[in-house]
Amino acid sequence: MTEPTGEADAAGAAGAAGRAAGPSPLLSGRGLTRTFRLPRRSPFQPGPVRHALVDADLDVGPGESVALIGESGSGKSTLVRLLLALDRPTDGTVTFDGRPVEPGRAAQLRWFRRQTGVVLQDPYSSLDPRMRVGDTVAEPLRHLHVEGDHRALVAEVLERVGLDAADAERWPHEFSGGQRQRVALARAVVHRPRLRVGDEPMSALDVTVRAQIIELLRELRADLGLSLLLVSHDIGLVQHLADRVAVLRDGRVVEQGATDDVLRRPQHEYTRSLIASVPTID
Amino acid sequence: MTLEIDHLTVTIGDRAVVDDLSLRLDDGARLGLIGESGSGKSLTTLAVLGLLPRTARVGGSVRLDGRELLGLPERELARVRGAVVGTVFQDPRTALDPVMTVGRQIAEPLRLHGTVTRREARRRAVEAAAEVGLPEPDRIVDRYPHQLSGGQRQRVVIATALITRPAVLLADEPTTALDVTTQAEVLRLFRRLVDDRGASLLFVTHDLAVLAQVAEEAVVLSRGRAVESGPVTRLLHAPEHPVTRGLVAATRATTWRAS
Repeated sequence: MTEPTGEADAAGAAGAAGRAAGPSPLLSGRGLTRTFRLPRRSPFQPGPVRHALVDADLDVGPGESVALIGESGSGKSTLVRLLLALDRPTDGTVTFDGRPVEPGRAAQLRWFRRQTGVVLQDPYSSLDPRMRVGDTVAEPLRHLHVEGDHRALVAEVLERVGLDAADAERWPHEFSGGQRQRVALARAVVHRPRLRVGDEPMSALDVTVRAQIIELLRELRADLGLSLLLVSHDIGLVQHLADRVAVLRDGRVVEQGATDDVLRRPQHEYTRSLIASVPTID
Repeated sequence: MTLEIDHLTVTIGDRAVVDDLSLRLDDGARLGLIGESGSGKSLTTLAVLGLLPRTARVGGSVRLDGRELLGLPERELARVRGAVVGTVFQDPRTALDPVMTVGRQIAEPLRLHGTVTRREARRRAVEAAAEVGLPEPDRIVDRYPHQLSGGQRQRVVIATALITRPAVLLADEPTTALDVTTQAEVLRLFRRLVDDRGASLLFVTHDLAVLAQVAEEAVVLSRGRAVESGPVTRLLHAPEHPVTRGLVAATRATTWRAS
């Protein structure tokens, strides 16, 4: 097994304008396309094709924070599923640290799963109510065959996200919404991944909780060198957390660039209307 | 029509979940009720509507134009709900009956609160659908909820709340489940409805930025108590109570700053 090294960094620096600046990307998607064949409407013709995602390029650099924004149905979730090898692209490729990532058996993808931590659902519904929080958080350690003292790793990560080590013995219903967000985050980073991918269901959360979670993600980024791929329609969260933004609409990346450029000087008409809709207290 | 809440207290078990709350909603006013989860804001709206759980005990007074609502028999309360007070709750997916056409749902309060012919009910439903900005109102009334987008469904819920031309609208987090562009449209719709009709609006939310788009005055709730109230711009720029200050600081740290 050849482990990719960082030696390609210098070569990557000059590449692909408008994508990750600096060293070669950690996670990279190229020309990602996903089409679905819809049921046929006539027995004599094939069903129509739906383009969920068309020719999308996206990079996340080491330590970088990238946000995908767009409304429901824009293709955000399709893109994330392809980048995480949860679905196979109709066309295009995904690499992590230069190594191809393809959907397949769990054992073949274990190296990739160890490098990524995922929060894809509302933590209210994704925490198993019949499992103690410590067991839920330890799940990735078991599935990924991570060596070491799992109890100690769980205790450490719980404290890292601002909970108590003793919370491992408690049940999900004993936690508030904000604490459940922390539990979900603990599970996503317990195995020390280099990239965290998250759907951010933040709009229903209390604003003080939202502020705490944003602060926590910032700390984790700084302390663990974690890269972030944020999937969100919360423009405020994106502004406060992301270095770069890609805007999706109808399955296409219509705009991408540095967060400040895209949000303050949007080029695409869709981005402009999206930004204009965001409530602000200014 | 004026809604007055005086020294409202709601107790569940031995806990006062709403504690000595007073507020006044005048004709044509847009009042916000803001607080985090557990602050008692939703229970306050349920108390006004007489929809509190059986285990809750209520004290104080809720009056509509001087008429006491607390303790009214259910039949009379049902008449108040819908006819006088229109309500819009958070999630349009669960507020609609999946096997009833959009037009019938919009007109349902009319059938419950009076005698209208089927033809008249349909005509009013089309009119209400047009008023809330649903496309092709005379065709959309024959569709079913699953054939509509999330924003369109929330418009249907609003049309249902408006069909009886209520004098008071209660909205509890009506945009939390919506995309931002849809949210902006629904907030504009609320403002327009209040301004055009002279109805009054009590808008419940946990989000100061949303509140700022729709309300002129607001009451800040914390642990069932009103801790501060006043014009929204004053609350945003010169908050006095620590709870309000905390809300404003957290909002600045998390929401979109255009400048």
